[in-house]
Amino acid sequence: MTKQQANWSPYDNNGGSCVAIAGADYCVIAADTRMSTGYNILTREYSKITKLADKCMMASSGFQADVKALQKLLAARHLIYQHQHNKQMSCPAMAQLLSNTLYYKRFFPYYSFNVLGGLDSEGKGCVYTYDAVGSYERVGYSSQGSGSTLIMPFLDNQLKSPSPLLLPAQDAVTPLSESEAVDLVKTVFASATERDIYTGDKLEIVVVNAEGIRSEYMDLRKD
Amino acid sequence: MMKLDFSGLESASSHFHGVDSELVEGLSRAPSFEIPNTTNFDGFQKEAIQMVKPAKGTTTLAFIFKEGVMVAADSRASMGGYISSQSVKKIIEINPYMLGTMAGGAADCQFWHRNLGIKALKKECEIEYINFLTYPMGEEFIGISHMFRCRLHELANRRRISVTGASKLLANILYSYRGMGLVGTVLPYYVDSEGGRLKGNRFSVGSGSPYAYGVLDSGYHYDMSVEEAAELARRAIYQATFRDGASGGVASVYHVGPNGWKKLSGDDVGELYYKYNPITPRMVEQEMAEAAEP
Repeated sequence: MTKQQANWSPYDNNGGSCVAIAGADYCVIAADTRMSTGYNILTREYSKITKLADKCMMASSGFQADVKALQKLLAARHLIYQHQHNKQMSCPAMAQLLSNTLYYKRFFPYYSFNVLGGLDSEGKGCVYTYDAVGSYERVGYSSQGSGSTLIMPFLDNQLKSPSPLLLPAQDAVTPLSESEAVDLVKTVFASATERDIYTGDKLEIVVVNAEGIRSEYMDLRKD
Repeated sequence: MMKLDFSGLESASSHFHGVDSELVEGLSRAPSFEIPNTTNFDGFQKEAIQMVKPAKGTTTLAFIFKEGVMVAADSRASMGGYISSQSVKKIIEINPYMLGTMAGGAADCQFWHRNLGIKALKKECEIEYINFLTYPMGEEFIGISHMFRCRLHELANRRRISVTGASKLLANILYSYRGMGLVGTVLPYYVDSEGGRLKGNRFSVGSGSPYAYGVLDSGYHYDMSVEEAAELARRAIYQATFRDGASGGVASVYHVGPNGWKKLSGDDVGELYYKYNPITPRMVEQEMAEAAEP
């Protein structure tokens, strides 16, 4: 008797790329707005960035249905937290919540590659990067999604700082200003769009700083 | 079917006494792991893991010598063929006398390490004689329940549990996780979830362990000094990162002595290469002569 293969998979990949860069007093989160399935484009104007808390944004690529479910769960948990503690969740707290939420589906994972960005309780920029089952790390910059293998080496080239594990400890400098970081993000997406079929259409950039949250858009190649 | 002990997870459920709404019910259930509704669980897991590629891969090692215990690890996490991070902390400082290391699934390690309130144990753990525990695949909560049981033994019998006893306890705990590929060491013992329990002075775990073993085994003496042992551990990790693609980043070395642990070094393995293979400056005349040869 031949082994039967599953002819239906619960997962799909809607493509797209996300990036986040942390600075001394700001955080830039960006993602393209293309949603695809296979070789088809479903829409050119889908936002992959969502606000989880006052100073905390999440950008996710992968299977957008799982992303949507994850966002709803986190929003509900945040609301409960606000009712219980009478304050917004901080970015590090939200980061851990996301990690736990992802791990609870360890045996049936959310097909979602996330990048969390915002300001920590001291007002410094923070970026957390995740894998699909919840392992996370606070970093200075990160990218996820179909274009991440194209984007990450470039960010390493421009932004890499000495590892925090080195002994004697070396200073990690974040040299970029907010406008330089935004320019870098635009450059990076323009390049990724050239070589990744799933990245393109439009770029949504969100900047979180002490004054609040502001959004910016830039057109990308539509082919 | 084995019963996985998730009692450490109960937290949110206690907040919702007497509230009946449906929404809250969904959130108030004690957190449990959703299992996919499929006839072939293992096949599904295999496919899901291949698709999602959770971060893993590593080299960690530990050995006993005259001056105590030496622990070392690399810092790379890989997702399939992509390096997802070069700065993962694989040696966890549980308390001033205890270190934990992680190998295998990063999410598994982080989750269980966190959710069993290791901080609570920081006050409780004076189990200095078990000063090193390694939990690949991250089931560190086994380490916690193991530590509790060792403490219970101590309280019940009015003396500390022996290392032999501790390793036997761990082997029995791991047995309930049979088939899940867990490995642990309670030096000088190595235990795994298949029922293996081996005694030895030195162990290495992870994808780079064969390479680390080569260096470790050839250079090991019981009577090494702390500096020699540190150099051996560092060299073993370095050689493993040299040959194993899933290991790399920063080689961290810790020493656990009678007064607790101390981090001895953290070196970028790329730079260690030049330390072990220095570039010898060549004489200009020699180079000119070589260039002149047809």
